[in-house]
Amino acid sequence: MIRVVLPAHLRTLANTGLEVEIEISGVPTQRALLDALEARYPVLRGTIRDPVTQNRRPFVRFFACEEDLSHEASDTALPESVVTGAEPFFVIGAMAGG
Amino acid sequence: MSSVRVLVGTRKGAFVLTSDGKREAWAINGPFFGGWEIYHVKGSPADPDRLYASQSTGWFGQLIQRSDDGGKTWEPVGNQFQYEGVPGTHQWYDGTPHPWEFARVWHLEPSLRDPDTVLAGVEDAGLFRSTDGGKSWQELAGLRRQDSGSSWQPGAGGMCLHTIIVDPSEPDRVFVAISAAGVFRSDDGGETWRPKNRGLRSGSIPDEDAEVGHCVHHLAMHPSRPNVLYMQKHWDIMRTDNNAESWQEVSGNLPTDFGFAIDVHAHEPETIYVVPIKSDSEHFPPDGKLRVYRSRTGGNEWEPLTDGLPQKNCYVNVLRDAMAMDSMDECGVYFGTTGGQVYASANAGDSWAPIVRDLPAVLSVEVQTLP
Repeated sequence: MIRVVLPAHLRTLANTGLEVEIEISGVPTQRALLDALEARYPVLRGTIRDPVTQNRRPFVRFFACEEDLSHEASDTALPESVVTGAEPFFVIGAMAGG
Repeated sequence: MSSVRVLVGTRKGAFVLTSDGKREAWAINGPFFGGWEIYHVKGSPADPDRLYASQSTGWFGQLIQRSDDGGKTWEPVGNQFQYEGVPGTHQWYDGTPHPWEFARVWHLEPSLRDPDTVLAGVEDAGLFRSTDGGKSWQELAGLRRQDSGSSWQPGAGGMCLHTIIVDPSEPDRVFVAISAAGVFRSDDGGETWRPKNRGLRSGSIPDEDAEVGHCVHHLAMHPSRPNVLYMQKHWDIMRTDNNAESWQEVSGNLPTDFGFAIDVHAHEPETIYVVPIKSDSEHFPPDGKLRVYRSRTGGNEWEPLTDGLPQKNCYVNVLRDAMAMDSMDECGVYFGTTGGQVYASANAGDSWAPIVRDLPAVLSVEVQTLP
């Protein structure tokens, strides 16, 4: 199980708690994780990634293991400690605005 | 006794305000979708309990919310707005080509007859239609592809399609307005479009009476007189009596002919309302006095309506979709401000009182008159 921590607005939309657990089959990549997350919570389609281009939205960031994974290629394997559930995968709404 | 439901979109959520026919005591429900920008909320004329809301943020993009119980509960429906084919380019602020990019839905216009059919005006300017209650959206790409599309340029607020009016007597006739391109009309249900801006003059563009390029802020129509439309342009109040084939200025004695909102009395097709705003760039009422102006002659002759509105130190704006009418026997007039007030008049504008004073900045106001 991969633990995903969602920002407040997306937790409200998906009607979840702080953390959700996502199971993925195959190679555990960022793309596979987000595909599985959206499959389980269809309301999140288009909120983390653009629904047409599938690019990460500019004010959304992905953190894990004290690293910013936002600019990793989407087919890069996730860190082992995320895959094992030892560390969560954070979806962050960037601090922006005023 | 009839009742009234006011649907308010704000910078930080939606609110539903309800009252009985007296329109004196109000219940305030919300915020719905707190923290999200709600550009527009509108009910279906065919089923008043069917509401649609445009919910967006710069962080998480666009959602469309639907209610089937008059705004008590909501469910997100479809949010994929994909331009048809290769979108091509329009002009950017500096005149360079810029690819069409979807940003948000500015306006939702439910069908007059079918609760599941709704049009959406979006930024970058385009028109989409759903026929399944908002679950899926298809572009009416003929608008963007007509000859002038590649020359459209954004206004200060973005290149948005903000106004949609369907002719109640001829449902295949649709008017839209785009900032800063102008008015377009389709006579075939949205398949093909022509610019309809003859008579508009805009000093801020190189050819002041160009076929396109005008910053039209809003349009209004009375359903009993669909050949007549009123326009608040960046500057000038305009009217057409021939389905937008040509326009004439009716700004008359207004203190300033800049503004955003314009609307028509529910029972008097020649009675129209605007809120003059000081510009360029100030975008607040002249002299700090919030005044609605009413014309009972279809324009040119205007009277200020001030009773109950702040007449000093008022520096709010009233945005293009933030005025609406009810259709009670004595027409109610409503508008919201960027200061978070929603004002109502139960006597066609003669006197006003705030329904609520401290909402987030109001982006849109729509009204439903319920049996």
